[in-house]
Amino acid sequence: MRIARELPDGAYVNLGIGQPTLVANYVPPEKQVFFHAESGVIGVGPMPEPENEDPDLSNAGGQPITIIPGAAFTSHVDTFAMVRGRHLDIAVLGGLQVSEKGDLANWIRPGRKVGGIGGAADIARGAKRIYVMMDHITKDSERKIVNRCSYPLTATGVVHTVFTDLAVILVTPEGLVLQEVAPGWSAEEVQALTEPRLIVSRELQEIRL
Amino acid sequence: MAGRPVYHDPLEAIADIPDGAVIMTGGFAGRGVPARLILALRERGVKGLTLITNDTSGGWGGRVDASYLIETRQVKKVIASWPVPASTAMITPLEQQLLAGELEMELVPQGTLAERIRAAGAGIGAFFTPTGAGTSFAQGKEVRTINGVEQILEYPLAADYALIHAYRADAYGNLVYRRTARNFNPPMATAARVTIAEVEELVPVGSLDPESIVTPGIYVHRLVVKRG
Repeated sequence: MRIARELPDGAYVNLGIGQPTLVANYVPPEKQVFFHAESGVIGVGPMPEPENEDPDLSNAGGQPITIIPGAAFTSHVDTFAMVRGRHLDIAVLGGLQVSEKGDLANWIRPGRKVGGIGGAADIARGAKRIYVMMDHITKDSERKIVNRCSYPLTATGVVHTVFTDLAVILVTPEGLVLQEVAPGWSAEEVQALTEPRLIVSRELQEIRL
Repeated sequence: MAGRPVYHDPLEAIADIPDGAVIMTGGFAGRGVPARLILALRERGVKGLTLITNDTSGGWGGRVDASYLIETRQVKKVIASWPVPASTAMITPLEQQLLAGELEMELVPQGTLAERIRAAGAGIGAFFTPTGAGTSFAQGKEVRTINGVEQILEYPLAADYALIHAYRADAYGNLVYRRTARNFNPPMATAARVTIAEVEELVPVGSLDPESIVTPGIYVHRLVVKRG
């Protein structure tokens, strides 16, 4: 919901598999955002009712989708040329770890022998702006915003902003800037759950949904 | 001008694929998969294949994908971007064979996979890409900074046979696709010595709008049709 506000009218946006896919549901109808899917569509529409599912139409996660009027289909060569060629304005990706320098690890947990990279490395490197949407800490209370990623990297130095359940944090050359905190949380409490030192913005705000 | 050979039985269309062949199969998330050709290869039991495909995670709602060839141990090496499901709930045959050392795997970022296939079809010797720079995907590869951007050298991926799926074909092998069933099929059509296209329907020459043809018949050597 919070991230949907960051998608400007007319933007071309890729949403990662899982939670980021839900961002599309919160874009207000007066805004026209073009959603790109790795399956080969620009102009992804809302999820279909079961009776309107098309067997030849899915998103990157294999879920049935619809398309908007004015959508276009591409082969994987073009689907990724527009990614690598820096034509996408924004990508919203999930994250396992984000480092102080904006490195992103989001494709495989250590200990798992086999993982899928899919389009994550291309998109994380190629979109003009990378928003990461993730929980602030793991289920085992481990910090996910870290000095250096210990998990295998997806791309280095690409993250622009991290949106968690507790905070909005901007990655800058000076370090991580805490811009917003969730209602009921203080900057100190967020810092305690974040490994790198946070620079608290002078305009620190509460997250508004 | 003679058209392309048209088969109704997919087994006949793949009869000459030998053990040890390098094959590509189109498809993404169970859409645009040449399912009849994959099932025919499975039935013939061709072994020792090198398989180039996007995903082998299986189980896209019961849809056939290239994992059907791994399940039957017909593959010795797989080159893919999405080899296993996101969920770790079940160990797939691919993981079992990989951990037992019976299968080799090369994991390739999806855009790099598409571009390596395109490069093979387009006669490009190699290319530099920023995807994967500074990560494990750069390991063992030449790295160069071009225009201030760190990039890694990637080589083309060609195959002996490309098994692809399209919506409609004419007798010259011109192809059109449907929705996201297009995916990897057009680049793969260009990158193999023999391209076999499984299509829903064969239509008369001249009935496909030349402006809408995605894969011209020059890339397609055999057609397997359901109807027409």
